[in-house]
Amino acid sequence: MRIVVAGAGTIGSLLAGHLARVADVAVLTRRPEHARALNEHGLRVSGRSDFTARLRAATDPEELAGAELVIVACKGGDLEPLAEELAGRFAGATLMTVQNGLGAEDVIAARGSWPILSAVTFMSGTRHADDHVEYVLDTATWIGPYRGTTGADAEAVAELIRSAGLQAEAFDDLRPTQWSKLVFNATVNTVAALTGLPHDFHFAEGELGSLVHALVDEGKAVATAAGVTLREDPWEMNVHATRRGHAHYPSMLEDVTAHRPTEIELITGSLMREAGRHGVAVPLHTALYSLVKAKEACYS
Amino acid sequence: MRICVVGCGAVGSLFAAHLAQLEDVEVWAYDAYREHVDAINAEGLRLSGAGDVVGRMRATTDPAELPPCDFGIVATKAMHTSAAIAATAHAFAGGCVATVQNGLGNEEAIAEFAANVIRGTTFPAGKLLAPGHVQWDVRGDTTLGPFEPSPAPFAEVERLADACTRGGMPTKAVRDARGPQWRKVIFNAATNPIGALTGLTHGRVCERPDLRLLVSGLVDEGKAVAAAQDIELDADPEDLIDHAAKPEVAYDHKASMLQDVEARRTTEIAYLNGGIVRFGREHDVPTPLNQAIWALVKGVEQSWTK
Repeated sequence: MRIVVAGAGTIGSLLAGHLARVADVAVLTRRPEHARALNEHGLRVSGRSDFTARLRAATDPEELAGAELVIVACKGGDLEPLAEELAGRFAGATLMTVQNGLGAEDVIAARGSWPILSAVTFMSGTRHADDHVEYVLDTATWIGPYRGTTGADAEAVAELIRSAGLQAEAFDDLRPTQWSKLVFNATVNTVAALTGLPHDFHFAEGELGSLVHALVDEGKAVATAAGVTLREDPWEMNVHATRRGHAHYPSMLEDVTAHRPTEIELITGSLMREAGRHGVAVPLHTALYSLVKAKEACYS
Repeated sequence: MRICVVGCGAVGSLFAAHLAQLEDVEVWAYDAYREHVDAINAEGLRLSGAGDVVGRMRATTDPAELPPCDFGIVATKAMHTSAAIAATAHAFAGGCVATVQNGLGNEEAIAEFAANVIRGTTFPAGKLLAPGHVQWDVRGDTTLGPFEPSPAPFAEVERLADACTRGGMPTKAVRDARGPQWRKVIFNAATNPIGALTGLTHGRVCERPDLRLLVSGLVDEGKAVAAAQDIELDADPEDLIDHAAKPEVAYDHKASMLQDVEARRTTEIAYLNGGIVRFGREHDVPTPLNQAIWALVKGVEQSWTK
């Protein structure tokens, strides 16, 4: 099995490193020094796993031709240029998006006729260097068919990921899970980014807990209007996550701390666009969206 | 007439130094900041900036030293009201106590310890530069009125207002002082925390259309809570917000709450947006945006102590 992982941030690195133990994995990077580091040192995975994976890396997709599976795991802001690069390449491969928010599949689908799988992941890690990622939360990656694929195709990839040492589950319809994560993310990421709090007990009690609950309720109303039955209650996902004993730093909090552009457009933006399409008012998500956008504008 | 300023930070100092100009007023200042108190006793309390004033007065960190006073003027940060009035209430057993603090709930806290309470709102501002020395940034008016549940006699409200005015702090005595108070609270609650959460100055908040909409959403909730209590605002907070956004007014002003957040000091959010939420609950007026903003700023404070 030949796999290309396009975009090697935290999630891409975790997938590439683990899959390299059971498949022939190559990584498509944006920066040449990133590719060089991986080619020279391999990819070190620490934390819950502990090994160094040997894999190939390149910035030019032409060098990585012949893959059967291309996993798109870049940051939201890099998706459009990456999709542009994939266009006209990797004929015969199945493409799988592992992105936050909604709509990444459509961006990819518009660039070629590949069969497409859709995935959301709840695992998390910390990227220490181009060639070192720490595996922190061993929560699952959920996979479903999107275009020209079936539940059985999703299951085959899930099985491959499980055999590599990660958690994965396949579904016939990913939307209930994708939306659960969307509502969860739109809530937890923005609150963390604005308060500076990691995802800890504050999110489940007191005034902040009430706000989280109200944000989740707005998100659920949008899901209902869109005809999606959530697979998990995002409030319960929130409470559960805060009781894990390990306070996770959501990526949007890490982004604003490092003064990087956030995924607000992809996450809360997706939810607001769906809300607009279905005529649901989301005043609290709108407020938090504006605040995070303003915080980004304040970096300079 | 003897007046004690309780909490002699920037605003308290403006009142203390001006009142000390009057021959018929003996001013005391109570504050917990030892160096400030020592400097006031040694050199007097100096204001510079919008005007140059030096006031001579007795200052102390020890409430037991305070003699019986005709008036108290409480000017602490809102979270210190209860502790400050509890410590000094004995000095006001035969007098009246006014608040010139920010936010909602100070009068209620004072009334737990003092019988005759005066509701107050003040617009002048400044900052403590060094012990004994306050920079006076902004001139402005003060409004005083009886606090209805434990009211000071109106004649006493007028007597204090007259003294403040004669001392150089223009002050009006009115029967219902809630209008100016709510106008100021609504203005502050709609703008201060937005600056604190985003890092933007007042002008930059106002020029982002979506943030300006959020500000209006917060203002509307505050207005609805005021209306439910039959409070007539003395001016539209929206006009004040647009006025303050002008380059020559306060475009570049960093809200005090943003300064607090940058210095990791507890903010007055619980008495601004938190106050609007509490009064909203009492009068069945929903205030979801103020509640959200309150929770977020409280979360910011909580993030410092982990």
